[in-house]
Amino acid sequence: MKLIMSDLRDKDLLLQFTLRLGDDALILGHRLSEWCRNGPFLEEDIALSNIALDYIGRARMHYSYASDLSEGEKSEDDFAFLRECRDYQNFLINELPRGDFAQTMARQLILDVFYTLQLEQMSQSKDATLAAIAGKAIKETKYHLRRSTDWVLRLGDGTEESHNRLQAGFDAIWGYVPEMFEQDEVEEKLVKLGVAVNTKDLKPEWEKQIGAILKEATIDVPQQEWTVRGGRAGFHTEHLGHLLSELQYMQRSYPGLEW
Amino acid sequence: MNTEDTADLEQAFQIRIDKEEKIEPKDWMPGEYRRNLIRQISQHAHSEVIGMQPEGNWLTRAPTLRRKAVLLAKVQDEGGHGLYLYSSAETLGVSRAEMIEALQSGKAKYASIFNYPTLSWADIGAIGWLVDGAAIVNQISLQRTSYGPYARAMVRICKEESFHQRQGYEIMLSLSRGNQAQREMAQDALNRWWWPSLMMFGPHDADSAHSAKSMRWKIKRETNDDLRQKFVDQSVPQIDVLKLEYPDPELKWNENRGHYDFGELDWDEFYAVIKGDGHCNRERIQHHVKAHEEGEWVRDALKAYDAKKKARHAA
Ligand SMILES: [Fe+2]
Ligand SMILES: [Fe+2]
Repeated sequence: MKLIMSDLRDKDLLLQFTLRLGDDALILGHRLSEWCRNGPFLEEDIALSNIALDYIGRARMHYSYASDLSEGEKSEDDFAFLRECRDYQNFLINELPRGDFAQTMARQLILDVFYTLQLEQMSQSKDATLAAIAGKAIKETKYHLRRSTDWVLRLGDGTEESHNRLQAGFDAIWGYVPEMFEQDEVEEKLVKLGVAVNTKDLKPEWEKQIGAILKEATIDVPQQEWTVRGGRAGFHTEHLGHLLSELQYMQRSYPGLEW
Repeated sequence: MNTEDTADLEQAFQIRIDKEEKIEPKDWMPGEYRRNLIRQISQHAHSEVIGMQPEGNWLTRAPTLRRKAVLLAKVQDEGGHGLYLYSSAETLGVSRAEMIEALQSGKAKYASIFNYPTLSWADIGAIGWLVDGAAIVNQISLQRTSYGPYARAMVRICKEESFHQRQGYEIMLSLSRGNQAQREMAQDALNRWWWPSLMMFGPHDADSAHSAKSMRWKIKRETNDDLRQKFVDQSVPQIDVLKLEYPDPELKWNENRGHYDFGELDWDEFYAVIKGDGHCNRERIQHHVKAHEEGEWVRDALKAYDAKKKARHAA
């Protein structure tokens, strides 16, 4: 950061926040890449791989910035591959297994609406690098949102089976939504410094947009009966460990090599 | 139409071919030419699609983020190639659903090399370098194939293929400059993928069921053995750069021929793997069937939604 933060502690906060954004992107990108060769038809294999690529690119930009912030002490790949489960701070919703195509699309819509709102503001961040990354990401996310909206409408108003699957998809993951709109001390401080986005403020607009799309798709907005939180504190679901054991396999088996 | 007319048409058709004119979908063509093309193009399309599986097997285990992104982009391209090729086959009057059905029932084939398993990260390097490398040699020659839509698909595909081969060779280069374990991994991958890559060009010309006619109709432009030789000639110097051992003790430059000599291929293995003795024959098809069946409700939903929309529009 062309520092508005001279304070060392603030710089640690910035590093932590940057890693969170990297983790969000990496873990979701990884999940989406699992669709490659498993999609319902070839065009979807290609489209989902494309979106996965956008997120992996986003992860790389954040981790390489984190590497700068760590004064080169760690590389992009050190951050991606060589941390423990508890060190990752992504939203829990991003690490959930992909489920069926309906559940994947439900998650994408939830996140795409969230990111269009969040990235718009992040692109105004006082941290020039994070702002620039967001500025690039927002263009991708607008396209992602068009796609996930289309799919939610098609599945919701398609056949009885697709409708039921989509409803079940939203129901299954709805309890992971609230933490996206909560902020711990780290983020609160960064919001005050004009670096992070106060996602709490985004919730009404998010609810409005999601509500409108679900209504058109004839899907009920799930009743908030349960809430699981903890991603930003590294308090993960059991799924993340398995994801990491694949993701980290090479780096763990052959430490310190060039590939 | 009587046989005389057909004979005239066939003669006129051959004259066009001999003049290097491209045959387009609406042009008259012999039934056998059409069937031959459908067989070849759909087999080519299936190979692109089935080929996504062995490489996809390493998408979640790529060693760095850059490699992960490059591999994903590569596998995605192969899906795109499958699409172009299905579309060019469709211009001959066969539907994608029919082609997929033929693949899944075993009636249509795909490149048998994809029945081999990917066991280490080096296999991803070897596939890009050798398997895509062999595919390029074949596809460059097919840019001049007589059927217009197929030739144009090849031009488009060849542009992307050189990136595929480069990324594979780059993986091999990093491994060859790495430690003992990495060099062993690279050597093992080269040893396992070398012969199957040579087999990709098919049987010797004398034993090739479709060769003669395909050559006369210029569906094929160069013989299996000529293409194989080209591939060997381009690959051996690349092995030298990697400082790996030759996977074939008979590989040797022949001054007189101006080509590398190489050992005889194990044709028993070739036919055995085609017939089902490969490690992954069953998995490849089962995987394709599973994804296809799991996607059925999605495709149904899409159709139902479009129909509703049309009905609303009409109302
Ligand atoms: Fe290809
Ligand atoms: Fe390729």
